[in-house]
Amino acid sequence: MTENSAGPGVPEDGRGTPLVSLRGVNKHFGALHVLQDIDLDIAQGEVVVLIGPSGSGKSTLCRTINRLETIDSGTIEVDGRPLPAEGRELARLRAQVGMVFQSFNLFAHKTVLQNVVLAQVKVGRVPKAEAEKTARELLERVGVGAQADKFPAQLSGGQQQRVAIARALAMNPKVMLFDEPTSALDPEMVNEVLEVMRSLAARGMTMVVVTHEMGFARSAANRVLFMADGRIVEQNTPEAFFTAPRSDRAKDFLSKILHH
Amino acid sequence: MGILFEKDNFSLFVRGFVGTIELSALSALFALLLGIMLAAFRVSPVPVLRAFGTAWVTVFRNTPLTLLFFVVTFMLPRLDVHISSFTAAVAALSVYTGSFVCEVLRAGINTVPLGQAEAARSLGMGFGQTLGLVVLPQAGRAVIAPLGSVFIALPRNSAVAGAFNVFELFSVQKTWSEDSYPIFASFFWLALAYLAIGFSISSVLSLLERRMAVAR
Ligand SMILES: Nc1ncnc2c1ncn2[C@@H]1O[C@H](COP(=O)(O)OP(=O)(O)OP(=O)(O)O)[C@@H](O)[C@H]1O
Ligand SMILES: [Mg+2]
Repeated sequence: MTENSAGPGVPEDGRGTPLVSLRGVNKHFGALHVLQDIDLDIAQGEVVVLIGPSGSGKSTLCRTINRLETIDSGTIEVDGRPLPAEGRELARLRAQVGMVFQSFNLFAHKTVLQNVVLAQVKVGRVPKAEAEKTARELLERVGVGAQADKFPAQLSGGQQQRVAIARALAMNPKVMLFDEPTSALDPEMVNEVLEVMRSLAARGMTMVVVTHEMGFARSAANRVLFMADGRIVEQNTPEAFFTAPRSDRAKDFLSKILHH
Repeated sequence: MGILFEKDNFSLFVRGFVGTIELSALSALFALLLGIMLAAFRVSPVPVLRAFGTAWVTVFRNTPLTLLFFVVTFMLPRLDVHISSFTAAVAALSVYTGSFVCEVLRAGINTVPLGQAEAARSLGMGFGQTLGLVVLPQAGRAVIAPLGSVFIALPRNSAVAGAFNVFELFSVQKTWSEDSYPIFASFFWLALAYLAIGFSISSVLSLLERRMAVAR
């Protein structure tokens, strides 16, 4: 498949410019070539799931999109604008790209409410009262409204991750990046987080999700990207990818995660 | 022990006491500001600033304080910089103590998981906001006790200034021994004064530590 078409499963709506666009992106960690000539377009409202073996570069790819990782060559554009270099401009862009981490990373010294308010006030210059209102609405929406005045350590993993999603949403991002959002959770809490992510997808949020949750990929993703050794080896609709993977790497990988 | 109440010894003693406190408090303030700045340099993404911070700490942590006093007292006038002995002493003490403060803060910053700073940056916070709003407040608790040791050492270190024309507690001792008072008695009062200062500092710090323990 050519990387330039938005890929199967993506509505060809003729809106033209993709929301996120990577061209010829390369990145090294020392001698390790973690990202190799990555080309990727993500359309407005698209949900892309990234899967692949450990160390294939999924997290790194995800983190280049808000420049938590710098790249060695190539270009990355968000909403038609190249990622700015370090500084005020970059900070502004980061506020438009929400990120949810595997380990939640809620601010441990702030209450749940303060976690969601802080960046709105300090980065977005939103008046405090308004920011709190937004925060309470979002916390309510992800089902942790009752926990607003607790500290993160007092919450279960699933609750913490939902707060983290609310915190990212509070900045009104154009795209959300999720790096294995459910991998650190006890099994019984995985679904409450996936449920929130599904409803986000249903509301039309553009999402890049690194996950091994096949159920989520099938039900919410428009497209699955399979990565191995720093390359996007294969991409397809979830249905086609899971039932009929084309590359040997993908077949091998799927057989390992589906039967064990 | 009665020497404190002979002649005008008491007012002399009080002058020395106040001198030591002024010197220490001002130096502590500047050392703290300097230390925060240097620590920020040392964790900043800018290589030049990092190198500057590292160089500063390496030089001033490894230079004997007395040597620093010699430099500010005798070298600066040669460079046509004329400052009072008191200012010179504050400068020497701040520069010296600041490098220790920096290292304590940096160690504290390293106890805060990297994910905290990444989350802050991903929300659009700049370097200063990430450090000031997220990282340093969390480093705070880990930092209080070792910072206490640094600041408790400060009034003791400030005694060096007595040898460089600054009137502080140790100068009181010099005056008394010139007046050939019994050395034991004068040491007793001095020790008591330093003890009082040290005890006040550690009380304030343990209060701070308890306050911070509650706030999470
Ligand atoms: N900061 C770093 N410094 C050096 N090497 C790194 C760094 N971060 C990641 N790597 C290496 O880059 C490769 C890709 O890492 P990455 O985290 O992107 O993989 P991943 O696909 O997310 O794997 P996993 O499923 O285990 O999370 C790995 O071999 C990893 O060891
Ligand atoms: Mg990863």
